[in-house]
Amino acid sequence: MSAASGKARRSAFLTVFLKEVKENLRDRRTLTSAFLTGPLLGPILLVLLLNVTLNRELDKAEKPLPVPVIGAQYAPNLLDALKAGGVVPGAPVADPERAVRKQDADVVLRIAADYGKAWRKGEPVQVELIYDSSQRDANTAVERVSQLIEAYARQQGAMRLVARGLSPSTAWPLHVARRDQATPQSRAVLMFAMLPYFFVITIFMGGMYLAIDLTAGERERQSLEPLFANPVPRWKIFAGKLAAICTFSTASLLITLLAFAVVGRFIPAEKIGMELDLGLHFGSCVLLLMLPLVLLLGALQSMVAAFAKSYREAQTYLSLLMLVPIIPSLVLAILPIKAQAWMYAVPLLGQNLGIMQLLRGDGISGQQIGLCLAGSLAAALLAVLATIQLYRSERLAISA
Amino acid sequence: MIEVKDLHKAFGTVQAVDGVSFIARDGEITGLLGPNGAGKTTTLRMLYTLMAPDRGQVLVDGIDAAVDPLGVRRRLGVLPDARGLYKRLTAGENIDYFARLHGLPEALLASRRDALIKALGMEDIANRRAEGFSQGERVKTAIARALVHDPRNVILDEPTNGLDVMATRALRQFMARLKAEGRCVLFSSHIMQEVAALCDRIVVIAHGRVVADASPDALRESTGEHNLEDAFVKIIGTDEGLAA
Repeated sequence: MSAASGKARRSAFLTVFLKEVKENLRDRRTLTSAFLTGPLLGPILLVLLLNVTLNRELDKAEKPLPVPVIGAQYAPNLLDALKAGGVVPGAPVADPERAVRKQDADVVLRIAADYGKAWRKGEPVQVELIYDSSQRDANTAVERVSQLIEAYARQQGAMRLVARGLSPSTAWPLHVARRDQATPQSRAVLMFAMLPYFFVITIFMGGMYLAIDLTAGERERQSLEPLFANPVPRWKIFAGKLAAICTFSTASLLITLLAFAVVGRFIPAEKIGMELDLGLHFGSCVLLLMLPLVLLLGALQSMVAAFAKSYREAQTYLSLLMLVPIIPSLVLAILPIKAQAWMYAVPLLGQNLGIMQLLRGDGISGQQIGLCLAGSLAAALLAVLATIQLYRSERLAISA
Repeated sequence: MIEVKDLHKAFGTVQAVDGVSFIARDGEITGLLGPNGAGKTTTLRMLYTLMAPDRGQVLVDGIDAAVDPLGVRRRLGVLPDARGLYKRLTAGENIDYFARLHGLPEALLASRRDALIKALGMEDIANRRAEGFSQGERVKTAIARALVHDPRNVILDEPTNGLDVMATRALRQFMARLKAEGRCVLFSSHIMQEVAALCDRIVVIAHGRVVADASPDALRESTGEHNLEDAFVKIIGTDEGLAA
């Protein structure tokens, strides 16, 4: 294949592929989308989000918790117990309901004036916790205060029983002992349910501008008709272009996997008892699972773009197509279903399940990988064949 | 040589081409003249196999376009109505791309490209990216890439469209040169003076049909009009869509 011999020819497939790569490497918008915003958006977003969440959770669990108390003077012992639990009783507020709704306070404790009298008589008394459960931010605080109060109530109840010569166990014949089987890794999964979608988005963004350029772009620039006047079958031209799309989206995926591996080290997951492994093994497994998706998404993108009359129209269609892969991630996040074997063969869903399993640290079996690859590859081939068929149509090349 | 026999093509209910037949010979310039919308572009598109005719036959150097479309395209150099370039590639790279798609060996490719760049006088733009080219520079590049494989038959769809006087002149000289090299040159136009000045043979198309097929002189004779413009109007039946 040396050019010096003078006989060297480049195959049509390679010619198209190399030209597309060269041309798109010169396009700043494609480069930014494929190698910067696409692959780095996910990791950066995740780190920011996680750091905020984690720090907030940690803060809530350790920090002194200021709680406005109304009628503190009626229940000094209860307040001592709360103080021992880290609650800092604050000055009473005039309108607790409003204060809570306006998020001036997470929770307000109201003790009725007859608390002391009823307590001394041994009658059941009531304290009120005023909060707004739609403020998710406040839930940890509410939980903490209510647990402290209940613990105090149990303790006082036990002391009363002892004073009457009864065993405290009389009043509590049944105990629930919680044995949480969540591992540090599986706890992390809840927070990472959207991770597979990030990978899909990255692949999508990596090839998007090339896919648009492939038909809608060439048609708008009026270069598709001259291209098809060359003595090359259209499917070869499409194959070269598809290869270029896949190269760009694979490069995007590699960058994002690398970024996640680096970023994974900076997430303080262990602080809340999570373990996160986004290293080499995770990365190579994800890459393997995702490869058929690269082909599938590339073919789908070119197919959708081929229907569009203009660049802008193609962009709109593709943005809509980008929302489709979010469905399995959303479904799995909202409805935690038990994975059946056949689900691995469903494109996108299979990858989603596999990646979640890897995150849980359960590993993934050869059969599951096989199903995942076979299912997605079959879908990819179908999409490629359908797009080739579309490429044959006469209308495709006509600009006006 | 390009032979067209009884071509038909309809888009829905519109009969765009309705029985077109003509022959374009080697060493001659054949002009396809007709008003806008007469079916010139559709006819040419069937010649370079972008579209398949509903009926009829296209032969290029004796090869049937329906049987061996790739063989036909190999023998054609085409400047279509759409002549978009790849803006992020230089003029030279645009030419190279099409040369490689024609399967030209790398060594031959370079000498062909350079020869065309010289012949078309585009040395100053050869290494510039096509972004921001003038209309004339774009057409030159499009012609160079269409001819880089040295085709016997050249099809040019409205080649002087949008060109200024100087560029038009240069292009006409270039077409005369292609003819002198013994090639078969077929071009379409709606400009009568251009056709009259260049063509050995004129095929007049109106409403998807060939209404005249003769040399410019024969056309004048047969219509009895001394002025070629009047001759065309008489043939077509209307002066709508024609430019002097």
